Amino acid sequence: MFKILEKTFRAGTVTKDYPDGAAVSPAYRGQPRFDFANWRDPRSTASVCPTGAIEVSDSGQLRTVTVDYGHCIFCGECAGAASGGAVTVTPRFELAATRRSDLRVTAEYTLDSSGAQGALLRGPAEIGAKLKREIHRVLGRSLAIREVDAGSCNGCELEIVALNNSLYDIERFGIQFVASPRHADMLLVTGPVTRNMELALRKTYAATPDPKLVVAVGTCGIGGGIFGVNYATCGGVDQVVPVDVYIPGCPPRPEALLYGILLAVGRLGA
Amino acid sequence: MEALLRELEQASGGAARVMESRAAEIYAKAPLAAIPEIAQALLGVPGARIVAVFAEDRVEPEGVFYNYYVFERTGVEPYLIVRAAIPAADPRFPSLSASLPALNWQEREIQDWFGLEAEGHPNPRRVALHDNWPDVHPLRKDFDLRAKLDAFEGERHTYRPTLGEGVFQIPVGPVHAGIIEPGHFNFAVAGEPILYLQLRMFYTHKGTEKLFESFPVSKCVFLAESVSGDSAFSHATAFSQAVERASGIEVPLRAEVMRTVLLELERIYNHIADIGAMAMDVGFVIANAHAGRIREMVLEVNEELTGSRLLRGMACIGGVRRDWSPAQIAALPAKLSRVEAEFRSMRELIRYSDSTRDRLESTGFLSPEKAAALGIVGVGGRASGVDLDVRRDHPYAAYRRFSLRIPSFSEGDVLRRMCVRTDEVYASIALICAAAGSIPAGPHRAAEVAVPPGRYALAAVEGWRGEILYWVRTGPNQTIERCKIKDPSLNNWPALVEAVQGNIIADFPVINKSFNLSYSGTDR
Repeated sequence: MFKILEKTFRAGTVTKDYPDGAAVSPAYRGQPRFDFANWRDPRSTASVCPTGAIEVSDSGQLRTVTVDYGHCIFCGECAGAASGGAVTVTPRFELAATRRSDLRVTAEYTLDSSGAQGALLRGPAEIGAKLKREIHRVLGRSLAIREVDAGSCNGCELEIVALNNSLYDIERFGIQFVASPRHADMLLVTGPVTRNMELALRKTYAATPDPKLVVAVGTCGIGGGIFGVNYATCGGVDQVVPVDVYIPGCPPRPEALLYGILLAVGRLGA
Repeated sequence: MEALLRELEQASGGAARVMESRAAEIYAKAPLAAIPEIAQALLGVPGARIVAVFAEDRVEPEGVFYNYYVFERTGVEPYLIVRAAIPAADPRFPSLSASLPALNWQEREIQDWFGLEAEGHPNPRRVALHDNWPDVHPLRKDFDLRAKLDAFEGERHTYRPTLGEGVFQIPVGPVHAGIIEPGHFNFAVAGEPILYLQLRMFYTHKGTEKLFESFPVSKCVFLAESVSGDSAFSHATAFSQAVERASGIEVPLRAEVMRTVLLELERIYNHIADIGAMAMDVGFVIANAHAGRIREMVLEVNEELTGSRLLRGMACIGGVRRDWSPAQIAALPAKLSRVEAEFRSMRELIRYSDSTRDRLESTGFLSPEKAAALGIVGVGGRASGVDLDVRRDHPYAAYRRFSLRIPSFSEGDVLRRMCVRTDEVYASIALICAAAGSIPAGPHRAAEVAVPPGRYALAAVEGWRGEILYWVRTGPNQTIERCKIKDPSLNNWPALVEAVQGNIIADFPVINKSFNLSYSGTDR
């Protein structure tokens, strides 16, 4: 008993102060940042992206470049030589959004007759900007979450479990994970939704009392990720049940999950 | 090795022929009808084991399917892979499962995914496709990856009924009470003790092996990272090694040592979490709180070295994706010795807690005989006397350069599975420190990685759970024609069924955690 207490005292307080202090290791590979004005060759950057998160489409005198953070697995390949220095990796992780379309940014360039890219016509707005949103008064103070793995690789689960450890300690926000959807206010759903989990997800959703929120976690949860849509997968949570918040990441780190969950219940003080 | 080949020759009555002999694998071909005799002869020796069986669709180029039977023998480094052709017009092969229970699920997987009938299988029901799926065989080349299957109707699986006075069935899952992966457990209990457990897996089947056939090789590495998220680096490295061996890509020594460090970091962070979780499952919550904190110390190291807490985006074909500075390498031993000190004192708390030990000892017993028969690998195997470790038996990366301590117990209970993990944490920390002191200068990835078509190779990695196996055949234009994945969990799930029998249902969580098998790795 004495040893247990001694160890506890020696360990001290380890809980991180997120969201008050948002610092994460600069080594963390978070959001890639695009210097659209100086991005000379988006095509070759797009060709190295393993999940097709960067799309370039040309029509007439116009080139449209779309970056979809919902498809990004944060591997950092786009920041290699192919981008000519226009793409850099940042440790930014607060990317969750309430609309799927908010995870896409688009820039337009002129194209000359030889197909060479000209000036940037229209740059994108910053993504992940805090959205004004009506606070859910019912769910604002305490929140019960039921986690549903709808076919993930278990990567997202590891980070969700980490929310319960003493560093992230999600219970300090009055948020707890519960064992049944019948006790839950929110479903935290991971995975591309396999055909074998489709029915289970629908039933879990139906078993959750209203008002309820659904958060799609990770690249797979948002749009199927690297698995996409195939004979065994549905291609994302919103293909099966309505989604309130999307949290990018592969997997999202615990702070990114917290950000998304707090965003969903309107507790980010926006 | 010579003896092995002579046995092969004799068992097949001279019909088996060696096709190709390489340092790490020997390929032979044999007539399908001779496979049962060959298997019996090769496995009738102590230390012999059937590692895997898997199939390949070669109907278009060659008019046949192939079954590959992978054997290994203690002290013999190369794997022996016997290939048997199955005519497309007569898609059947003789089942070996009646005498080799280790192949039970693997043969049924071939049956489900390739439509090849495992003749004489004692339980030929579906395993990899649920019963409500239409009659499709996704790994046949003529099946479209993007095929849209109609909504499934009917029962997924009919469980065997459990009858008797006072006997109850408890269905659990696929959505579980904890934050874990989906699967269905059907318990039959009489009072508290578990009479029988029936499993239904493959809820997370994502068409992964089929997807490998649709991606360029470079993208496949990322897919391999997503086969089992807690083993991202091990899986991606096993895949990369298979492609490297097939293509003759030379991996720089620096990269081999870096891989070794990363593979051991993956082992440590998972083992620490499991030890904490096992303590928690018997009510010792404070130990888990410390374990969670110590695991975070390792994840910080991961992040510092790779940019990812779970070691993603680091594996690549021909080496590793990112290099380390001398300062990063120099900082490793001190960081890990802090982890070790913290881990040791956390482990002592568990050791001196009599009530915890009481719950762990003799719980979830798996006998060495059953473990060997079921083909159990990894932690579960080493706790039940199955002394296998790919790092020693088929060395890869830089494991040849370092001494390895591989723990092994024969008591086969939850406590020993915890002890295997504990000893491995210490051994891995020692190994990382030794490796960090000897990372040679030079490039961290091969200058050129060209993948020629039509080559094939097997590669294995001892992930933290056990043996991870990849077999690939390369295709034209830097693609993959076939990628077979065997996660250690596939063979270990049936061991859970054995280990829980007679235990009280309240001990199921800790027994399950003591194996901590991957659902996604199994289901793919």
